[in-house]
Amino acid sequence: MHIDLRTVTIKPLRHTYDHVARRIGGDKPASRYQEGTFDLQATANFHYRPTWDPAHEIFDTSRTAITMADWYAFKDPRQFYYGAYTLARAKQQDTAEANFDFVENRGLAQALPVELKDAVLRLLVPLRHVAWGSNMNNASVCAYGYGTAFTQPCIYQAMDQLGIAQYLTRVGLLLGDLDTLDEGKRAWMEDDAWQGLRRYVEDCFVLQDPFELFVAQNVALDGLLYPLVYETIVDDVLSSRGGTAVAMLTQFMTDWYGETKKWVDATMKTAAAESADNKALLETWTSHWRDRAAAALLPVARLALADNADSVMSDVVQQFNSRQAKAGVAI
Amino acid sequence: MDMQATKKKLGLKERYQVMTRGLDWEPSYQKKEDIYPYVAYEGIKIHDWDKWEDPFRLTMDAYWKYQAEKERKLYAIIDAYAQNNGHLNVTDARYLNTVKLFLTGVSPLEYMAHRGFAHAGRQFPGAGPRVACLMQSLDEIRHAQTQIHALSNYNKHYNGLHDFRHMHDRVWYLSVPKSFFDDAVTAGPFEFMVAIGFSFEYVLTNLLFVPFVSGAAYNGDMSTMTFGFSAQSDEARHMTLGLEVIKFILEQDPDNLPIVQRWIDKWTWRGYRVLTLVAMMMDYMLPKRTMSWKEAWEVYFEENGGALFKDLARYGITMPKCAETIALEKDHLSHQAWGTFYNYGAAAAFHTWVPEKEELDWLASKYPDSFDKHYRPRLEYWREQAAKGNRFYNKTLPMLCQTCQIPMLFTEPGDPTKICYREVDYKDNKYHFCSDHCKEIFEHEPEKYIQSWLPVHQIYQGNCFPEGTDPTAEGFDPLAAVLQYYHLEFGRDNLDFEGSEDQKNFDAWRGMATKNA
Repeated sequence: MHIDLRTVTIKPLRHTYDHVARRIGGDKPASRYQEGTFDLQATANFHYRPTWDPAHEIFDTSRTAITMADWYAFKDPRQFYYGAYTLARAKQQDTAEANFDFVENRGLAQALPVELKDAVLRLLVPLRHVAWGSNMNNASVCAYGYGTAFTQPCIYQAMDQLGIAQYLTRVGLLLGDLDTLDEGKRAWMEDDAWQGLRRYVEDCFVLQDPFELFVAQNVALDGLLYPLVYETIVDDVLSSRGGTAVAMLTQFMTDWYGETKKWVDATMKTAAAESADNKALLETWTSHWRDRAAAALLPVARLALADNADSVMSDVVQQFNSRQAKAGVAI
Repeated sequence: MDMQATKKKLGLKERYQVMTRGLDWEPSYQKKEDIYPYVAYEGIKIHDWDKWEDPFRLTMDAYWKYQAEKERKLYAIIDAYAQNNGHLNVTDARYLNTVKLFLTGVSPLEYMAHRGFAHAGRQFPGAGPRVACLMQSLDEIRHAQTQIHALSNYNKHYNGLHDFRHMHDRVWYLSVPKSFFDDAVTAGPFEFMVAIGFSFEYVLTNLLFVPFVSGAAYNGDMSTMTFGFSAQSDEARHMTLGLEVIKFILEQDPDNLPIVQRWIDKWTWRGYRVLTLVAMMMDYMLPKRTMSWKEAWEVYFEENGGALFKDLARYGITMPKCAETIALEKDHLSHQAWGTFYNYGAAAAFHTWVPEKEELDWLASKYPDSFDKHYRPRLEYWREQAAKGNRFYNKTLPMLCQTCQIPMLFTEPGDPTKICYREVDYKDNKYHFCSDHCKEIFEHEPEKYIQSWLPVHQIYQGNCFPEGTDPTAEGFDPLAAVLQYYHLEFGRDNLDFEGSEDQKNFDAWRGMATKNA
């Protein structure tokens, strides 16, 4: 059945803003992602050079070695503008809250075998610092990258990683207590198992090229860490040892990684397809940071997997390589 | 269960600390000065970042939840307003010019704030301020986008909004807000926080954001009103951050005081000069006025700001010197600004007009000491001339102030009959200023302000014509070429409101919506 509600119809003069129309092939209705993204960043007639970086304009394509004819060639497949982003995260947050409640109210945390719980805390609590590092790194890409299409998702990524650091903190507090957090931080600062990873994160803090930083953090480190820790160790290995409750507490991270990697891959694909130079550069960066990340993560994997770590790690690297190949980066 | 009972319960403050600064660590593989390279050169001394008091305690899960709820409501109202042709309910079509000024002049600044706070939120060595800044960075992209989305329906029906982003980087009067924000983000991270976090968000927000939103509420613009109200709780967080920054810096070291005082003086003045556009909007562009500019200044700066500076006196901060000059200008500012835009109405992306008789009376009642004496006769003369077919459009370009970039339209403090000119010789060039304060700002950092991209200079240098223009060709019309460079459509975006396409369409559409044709 069709009912015909009548409204006063006015013929509009135009359907969207001109700068949007120029990018979508003419004056037609545009999405909120398009209107909220295209050309938002200033590109012309900057008044002053940054006193903190006089070699560059406020926004400057030459901060990275990647070159693009048009920085709005990048598209976020999730089409995240702020509203879509917060709605998506609020929904995931609801699920996470329900999961934490479920685990807490049914005493599932106490029901975990002690050695399993210790293994979980040993693994997950120091990772809150890694997530915090990613928060800083993505803030950096957002601040110094070029073009809203590339930088906008980075502020979302930065705040997501802060959220992940906070969920990991809650896991530590739920399965342990304040001392557990202190112990995790001590291990992060001192234990051999974590030093490669901490060095990796700190080395990222001083990377100057925002696109290389994007590769080091979002492509290489996260591209190995999330499949290793959340998809393999937590969801498979620990679950099979009676740790399903832990998988509930980290569901946010698993879902989040599944979603964000689509954006990361789309970004790599667009940059690599732009030119042979870009492609070569991305291959160099990706293999360099992949090797470092894999080496840094191996001792961490051993904390939970012991002898199995090497073979799991090599599987994860294999998957990573084929994922990059699909994005046009052969490594 | 026994274990659970022995667990220490965390207080709110402690809990927030482990959720934020507890995540940070002292690096050892890289040097701190390499990780935070921009924190020292301004001369601000910070001894203990842990003394930072978190101005609000919002973890990301709570943030997502609250903000998503606000977004849901906001977009539902924006959609309903558009579907119902809500734009036809504004007081009259002149109001739309306020929206144009906002979208072209202010929304791009929200985006700049987003990037600026991402930069500050990366650069402070203290984890507490970093988190607070990043959250503001996220809020600011929200504000830019909700404004663009909320005003999108106006763009579909009215002129002047269609290429706001392109215009913001080029059009002469838009270089005033643009250079203001460029100035702030090119300063060091501490100055940025004092400029935007404190002076702009805390001291001046009631004179910028609030007049636009209140004006919208008074004039039936539910779109602008709704995004304004929806941003209110974000703004409250931003204001507490701005205040905490000032207190924190001042408590850290007595040597910080003179630096901060100079920044407050500078940014109060820089901000006030941008508010010239708001003053004229309040007094001239709103068909239904909320209050006069002068009243707003007295309530929000002289009273509220006075109380704030009294509160800051314990740190040694004093009321900015420029407040005295501003007090002398408050009877004149909006009238001088509107007069200028009326003159340059051919080169503006909104319409100008002479107010109706009862509006002139309203202005006279709000400005008894200045309006009838200095400004009414001029407006009445322009109206007479327009009625005779001599609507006056000034086609020569004005001299701009090197600092604030506003045409030299302001009068001497205390003498509204004489234009105020100041100049400085620097490295074989002469630089011009609208006031002592703009001159002082220049003299403190000449190497910065000689870089200013002054629209008038740029036009004369031939940098503001479309690519491929030949200025030596016969019949070359420089104004037409500049408007093309601006993407400003002659006869649609500019000129007098009387006879404009906006005026005609609004009347026709309102007729369709309210009458049986």
